[in-house]
Order: sequence, then C-alpha cells, then structure tokens
Amino acid sequence: MKTSTRVVMMSLLSVAVLAGCKKTVKEEAPPMASPGTSTAPMTDMPTTAGAYGPNDLDTDACLRQRVVYFDLDQDALKPEYQAIVTCHSKYLRDRPTSRVNLEGNADERGSREYNLGLGERRGNAVSSAMQAQGGSAGQQSVISYGEERAVCTDSSEDCWARNRRVEIVYTAK
Amino acid sequence: MKILSHRLLLFVLLLLPALASAQQQGLEIDIIGGNAAALPIAVVPMPYQGSGAAPPTDVAAVIRADLERSGAFRTLAEASIAERPVRGSEVQYPTWRALRQDYLVVGRVVDAPGGGFRVEYELFDVAKQERMLGLAMTARSNAMRDVAHQMADAIYEKILGVRGAFWTRIAYITQTGLGANARYALMVADSDGFNPQTVVRSAEPLLSPSWSPDGRRLAYVSFERGNSSIYIQDIATGARELLTSFRGINGAPNFSPDGRRMALTLSRSGNPEIYVMDLGSKALTQITNQFGIDTEPTWSPDGNTLYFTSDRGGRPQIYRVSASGGSPTRVTFQGNYNATPTVSFDGKKIAVAQGSGNNYRIAVMDSSLGSPRWSTLSPGSLDESPSFAPNASMVLYAAREGRRGVLYAVSADARVRQRLVLAEGDVREPAWSPYRTPR
Repeated sequence: MKTSTRVVMMSLLSVAVLAGCKKTVKEEAPPMASPGTSTAPMTDMPTTAGAYGPNDLDTDACLRQRVVYFDLDQDALKPEYQAIVTCHSKYLRDRPTSRVNLEGNADERGSREYNLGLGERRGNAVSSAMQAQGGSAGQQSVISYGEERAVCTDSSEDCWARNRRVEIVYTAK
Repeated sequence: MKILSHRLLLFVLLLLPALASAQQQGLEIDIIGGNAAALPIAVVPMPYQGSGAAPPTDVAAVIRADLERSGAFRTLAEASIAERPVRGSEVQYPTWRALRQDYLVVGRVVDAPGGGFRVEYELFDVAKQERMLGLAMTARSNAMRDVAHQMADAIYEKILGVRGAFWTRIAYITQTGLGANARYALMVADSDGFNPQTVVRSAEPLLSPSWSPDGRRLAYVSFERGNSSIYIQDIATGARELLTSFRGINGAPNFSPDGRRMALTLSRSGNPEIYVMDLGSKALTQITNQFGIDTEPTWSPDGNTLYFTSDRGGRPQIYRVSASGGSPTRVTFQGNYNATPTVSFDGKKIAVAQGSGNNYRIAVMDSSLGSPRWSTLSPGSLDESPSFAPNASMVLYAAREGRRGVLYAVSADARVRQRLVLAEGDVREPAWSPYRTPR
C-alpha cells in the first residue's frame, strides 16, 4: 500500500516535471543509465531488497552520474535528469546517515552576484525534487557558487552549457 | 652606420629597465580612443636637480598619463616638447601657442631638506599668459607616484573646477588556474594599475570587494568556509572580521556612505533578499521580501536609498527602495537585462551592466537634466561590474578578452578607454576607492 502510493506519487511528479519544462533541449546530455538494469530505482521493487550501499556510488551506473545540467536562465529540472535525481534520492533514503552538498553553478553571462542567486535556485530545484522522492532535507545542503567555479572559460554555447549545472557531492556516504 | 648601431644599442639599453618594470607591475596601459574636444596641455619633463640618486619615478610622465586617460585632456607627446623650461621665468609663451597648447605645466625635482624629494611645479594658461598654480610637494622616493597623482589632481581641479580622482586606488579580484588548481586573490592597486598589492589569497572563490568610505577597509565575499561568507578586512594591518556566515548566500556587501551600516544579500530565508546590518550592533534589518532574486544593493550618496538588482519582473532590472525598507520602485526600463548598479557621487548617474542576448555592455542612465538619458560606455560583449570614480569622471569595468578577464577605465564621455591588464590569469570585479583624503 505504502509502496504503491509512492509509485503513484512518483509518476505524478514526473508528469508534473515534464509539464513544467517548456524549453526544447539544446545542450547534450551525458549518457543515462539504461532503464531496466537491476539497480534502476524506478521500479516498484521493495526498497529493502535493492537497498544501495556505499560501494554503489562508485559502481552503479546511475549513482555515478553526479551532474545535472540546466538551460539558460532556467532552474527547471529537465526530464532527462529525473533518473539521476531519483537514484540519488533512493540512496539518501537507503542510507540515512549519508549527506550531500548540492552545488549550484551558472555560466559567465550576467552579473556575478545575480548568478549566485541563480545557482542557488538550481540547487534548490534539485533539492526539492530529491525531497519529493523521500530524500530528507536534513541530508542535503544547497551551496551556490554562481559563476565562480567554472569548468571551462570559453565564451561559447558549449562551455556555457557545461557550466550551468548542479553537482551532487557526497560529504558522507 | 656605426653611430646608428650605437644609438640603437643605447636605445635598447634605455628600454630594458622600462620593460622590466612594466613586467613587474603586471598591468599595462592602452589608450583606445581619442577625444577631439579634449583640452591640449603640455607637461614638460621635470628633471632632477639634486645631488644624490634621481627618483625612480618620471613625475611628468605619470601626470601626462593621468590627464590623458581622464578623457578631458590631450597631452603633448614628450617627443614634441620643443623647449624644456623648469620654472615660470623660462617659459616662452609663443612656443606653446605655436604648438597649440592651452595649458602648460613645468617643474623640477630637488632634494628635500629632511631627505626625500621636493617637486616644485607651476601651471600656466598659455592664452592668458598667466600662472594658475604654483605648488611644491615633498615625498620619499617610494611615494613619488603618489605625489604625481596628487599633482594631476590639483591640475585637473584648477582647470576643470572638479576634484581630481587620480590619487585613488582600485580593488579587484584575480584568478589563475581552473578547478582544483584555481587560486583567487583580492588585490589593491593605484588607480592607474601600478603598485598592485595582495590583500587576501585563497584557494576558494573571492568576490564582490567593497570599500569602506574611509578607504581603509574592504568588505568581500569568500568561500573559504565552504559556503559564502562576508568578511571585512583592514588593508594596512590585514586584521579581519567575519561579518556574516548564514545558511545560503552571504553576498554583495556594500558599505553605507557614513560607514556605519552594511547593505548585503542573504538567502537565509530561502530566497535572496536585501538586508542592512548596523555595523555597531550587528543588528539586521530585512529590506526586501519577494520571491525573486534581490541582490547587489548600493547606496545613494545621502544614505537614504538603496538601488539593487531584482528579477521580480521576470528579467533582472534595477530597483530603488528606502534604506529603512518599504516597497521598491523600478528604475530601469531600457534593455532587457540591467544589473550591478553603481551610483555617481551626486546621485544623478547610475551605471549598470546592460545585457541584450549574449552582449553585455556598460551603460549609464543620466538623470541630471530630469528625465533619464541613456548612453553606452563600452563596446561589449561580456562587460560587467561597473564602478564610478569618486568624481564620476571615469568608470572602471571588467571585460573578457579571449579566455581572460581584463579591466578597463573609460571616461564618462566614453571617448577614452584605458586597459589595465594583468600579465597572467583573469582580472575582474574592479571597485574604485573613495578619495584618499576627505575634504
């Protein structure tokens, strides 16, 4: 009963996220975990059976993905990153002592202090999605670096797309 | 032929120390455009007439560069200076009239009685054949650039009736490396980019330097504690104070004109809002309360109003609110992205980073004549962080060239731009200091 409620809620949520995303996707998404693998969390398997352990952070194809990318000036979580958020939420549920920092980042365009705000919005978007899937707020800290932690410095669409991101950083496994 | 090669060698030898010192300074100067309306002025070389070692600073050259980059003057190149008078009695006015100069500065450097140097200089109105100024300044050899900037200030004020702002400083942030190799520094230099000094170094990001009104302290944002925190640091002693380190963003510190309050951005409520902190009691007053991003507060000169950036209307625009709170009013209606306001000393001009598509330029909204008039100060394309000189004659800003950030100083009429380039790495977020001596 409890599990089925959760499944219903999760599918409602993904519909809501899909509906909330208006923009067409331009940037290229990193490869996704193929659905249907034994560790894929979006099935209605009882959580206890497939519970994550710390080693999965290094081996599980979904958990190894720690970066979520965003569109220009947007903080809406794009549907292709839903699976990443879902498996990390499950990890947080499975391991209540684990902690993550959600590090929000922006591209170089626009003012630095405004971009601190934008980075925080993106971190909050990932945090809300994780909380909606049962990752507790107490396990997550949102930190915005704005445009200060760029991974590249070219003034190009490709580089900007790589900098508009939230990094999921485990501070306790 | 032999003489020529000797001369060439001599020239190269003379040039070497100049090149070496330019490298040490790390900052170079570039005049981008000219101004036909600028006033012609000749600053004659001021020779050392003492008995010891000559001072290391070419005082006349520093004055020339200051006046030139203000945009208000066009200085006569040293090579075109036909006669070299050092005092008023040696001035032949017809020579300077023939060279079409409106103003003439002459002087000399002598030994000061207690050690150091004494610069004696005079300013002349060529058409009227009148002396406008006759002053002397004394300094140790390491302060001769300070003396030259103060002389340029006196000349600027005597001719234009506006206080000069050459003897001021700039603060800025530098970054070298990326990712784990990134190193950040908060720097302070003279307004022409010389004498750079490191105030803070960090492996974590530093941003948003803001001067205290006495010019002795800087507030800034540091990520050294993991999250953003606001610090105040004494430039001379290095002593520093952690001002805020709340959950969420601690950003955009800006000292009030009386130095008793700090406007800043905190997102401890879950959303970035403007606050004012009383620096005596550390009590916080929340100024804005809206779901948009509110940030980059800056004070009106009378300390009664805060200007800030907000995207409450969709895109970032400049708003104004009473420094004690209340409902904000939108200020900018031109351009679909306006951010990082800087206000002139008289409160009549607001410079912003104005964006359109991928192009960001520095623009000024001038309300001197009532309804606002806009002008553009920079060519784009990723220009940001404007900061007015204390006399509003120039605006400092950051631009990107290739993969690095550089600083520019542009005259308020946009006609003269000077580039201050750090030799390596990325330079950004310039903040122009207040005057170094109050009046």
